[in-house]
Amino acid sequence: MRPLADIEQRLDALAAAPDLPPDVAAELLALGEEVLEHWVAAKGLEPTREAREGFRLLALHRQGCVDEPSFNACRETCRELVYHYNLVNLEPGHPDTGQRLRMMTLVANHLFLFVAGKLQVRGLGDFCCASRPVREAAASPDPA
Amino acid sequence: MSGTREKYQKVAYYPGCALEGTAHSYNRSTQAVGKALGLDLVEVKNWNCCGAMEVKNIDPKLQTYLSSRVMSIAATEMKMDVVMAPCNGCYHNLKKAEYDLSHDPKSVEVVDRLSKKAGHATYQAGQVETIHALDWIKHGIGEEGLKKRLRGTLKGLKIANYYGCMYTRPRHIFPEKDQGPGSESTSKPHYMDDLLAVAGADNVEFPLKTACCGGAHTLSDSDTSTKLVLNIIRAAEAAGAEVIATECPTCHSGLEMHQVRAEKKFGQATKVKIVYFTQLLGLALGLSPKQVGIHENISDSLGFFKEKGIA
Repeated sequence: MRPLADIEQRLDALAAAPDLPPDVAAELLALGEEVLEHWVAAKGLEPTREAREGFRLLALHRQGCVDEPSFNACRETCRELVYHYNLVNLEPGHPDTGQRLRMMTLVANHLFLFVAGKLQVRGLGDFCCASRPVREAAASPDPA
Repeated sequence: MSGTREKYQKVAYYPGCALEGTAHSYNRSTQAVGKALGLDLVEVKNWNCCGAMEVKNIDPKLQTYLSSRVMSIAATEMKMDVVMAPCNGCYHNLKKAEYDLSHDPKSVEVVDRLSKKAGHATYQAGQVETIHALDWIKHGIGEEGLKKRLRGTLKGLKIANYYGCMYTRPRHIFPEKDQGPGSESTSKPHYMDDLLAVAGADNVEFPLKTACCGGAHTLSDSDTSTKLVLNIIRAAEAAGAEVIATECPTCHSGLEMHQVRAEKKFGQATKVKIVYFTQLLGLALGLSPKQVGIHENISDSLGFFKEKGIA
């Protein structure tokens, strides 16, 4: 598992590249998996090697959501990554492949930013992200 | 569907705090569009905060109570069947309260105790239906009804529709969604796309329509929020969009503010305009830019719309 900074650097390089070959789709999917591995490992779990609907990325996302329902905020981002991977792989010669890869890079980057940001500010957030630790720490009694 | 249409002709309007502040243009355009469409909005009397994020963090049951009070007033004092909340945060919280009161006896007990203490009727699950502004127009008027009332067009306008994270999540608090044709999808929402397409817009394929805007961290970690917003804007522009249509005041403010911040802090300038979907519909209905509050947005789009022949 590469450090997050290395993943970010690679995503930046892909985003800056003028043209991307179709096999970059597999790399972007793998980068997404690595990002989720960081999240799962940070929770003290062993990142799963299993697949869901044929993709490890989706299995890792599901694993990352356990006891952390707010992590679902990146559910569609993961599914879009898989969708774009399928688009590129099913029709690598399609005239839109370059555009699809460009969009896939931005989707992967969003997953990175979401997870990396969530890791950094864990314990601070509110409704969508890291509210659980705050709530648990407060353990406030019922009002009134 | 005619029964449903009737049900949404007159609804209790719960603007929430954002629409009285940073999202004033959303408030203005929602009311203007309602008027143009012949839909009646009656503001909830003496409404309170939905519990937003601050209260929910400290005590989720107190948030359930606060949201239940709004629904209680609409149901018992105003005798309304439907509450319409244009803000995703309010909409989400009212739906969550509805769910909690249907499934969690402890929430029912706390809400009952606090309601008695506050001196109003305890809200009973199912007394009202909470809907979003998108549901209101989609079901209250529908595409055909909207088409008949158009006085202008968004023809040629390339739009990325951005719904944000709270409109569809968590799935279990929105039992009416994912019910097949005609219903909203939690994985690929489309109501905003549908309505703007009727108005002539050219909706682009946009893969980040429900992605996180970083709104929750805008103060605690501004750089993360700016980067998330910049990525959303870049994706919209890469998809060919000239405008990002929004339906959430938190997302909208975040996109507008961090678009500016991205340029100042990271030197990353972007051109896409950030506009509420009600503002776009209003322009297509023949309302003036002022009537829909275009001048109140941070994102300056008046010149752009004039150039496009839309305003």
